[in-house]
Amino acid sequence: MNELTSAPVPPLGPEDHVRGEGELLVVYADLACPHCAAAWAEISARPNRIAFRHFPVASKHPRAPALHAAAEAAGRQGAFFAMVDSLYADRAHVDDPHLWRRVEALGLDLERFEADRRSAEVAARVRRDFESGIRAGVTNTPTVF
Amino acid sequence: MIAVGETAPDFTLRNQDGEQVSLADFRGRKVMLVFYPFDFSPVCSDQLSLYQEVKSEIEAKGATLVGVSVDSPYAHKAFQEKLGVDTTLLADFEPKGEVARAYGSYLDGPGMANRTLVLVDEDGKVAWTYESPNPGEFPGANVIFDALA
Repeated sequence: MNELTSAPVPPLGPEDHVRGEGELLVVYADLACPHCAAAWAEISARPNRIAFRHFPVASKHPRAPALHAAAEAAGRQGAFFAMVDSLYADRAHVDDPHLWRRVEALGLDLERFEADRRSAEVAARVRRDFESGIRAGVTNTPTVF
Repeated sequence: MIAVGETAPDFTLRNQDGEQVSLADFRGRKVMLVFYPFDFSPVCSDQLSLYQEVKSEIEAKGATLVGVSVDSPYAHKAFQEKLGVDTTLLADFEPKGEVARAYGSYLDGPGMANRTLVLVDEDGKVAWTYESPNPGEFPGANVIFDALA
């Protein structure tokens, strides 16, 4: 079992999802959270280097784990932020067929996406971010460090 | 707040299913009492939802998470269902806030418990407490794990 006692926000690592240039912002966000969706456009527009970290709160947003897995799976094909942007831009279409349509629109391999998003590896990757947020004291989303 | 080292005041309250639950029922196991203001209020919803995500890790540390507020068992049941959580919620309903008062958590003006955490050890002693600076803030789950470490 991983330790969940207090710890600083982990520094950027090779598996972090990062885009942009400038001062670093580390964003813990929930892909099914309306507040995050509202904030994402503004955060994305900032002249900053942005690291997105997964913080799905499933009891609050039951669809969150599936969406985070979808983003992570898209990331395996180089389209992490494209999927995040897509999910936040249209929160009304997040069932599986809608995800498949997004995958097709992004030109990704659907079969690979399906295998990846259901994999234990992707679930563990999402959980690692979540636990780092817990240890850093994240209580709400989005939280920006 | 009740002081660390004191014997935790025993209580018997109804849970979300109307069953009577006593603090003594947990003897031999740690209990993290989560006093919170009200079911369905925004911050309380966020707090209990977040803790649900690490509930199994809390249990693996030998502790049981128990929520306490002045709401009725029926409100607790509806709140549990709305949040999708299975944390036991106890109704400090009548006399209103009696248990919160015993733990020094009750706020007379607003008529609710302040947002406080009380860790009761296996022997029924208060091992640790946390009181939020104000009811609008809640402690992260890391604070719970720090207390259980």
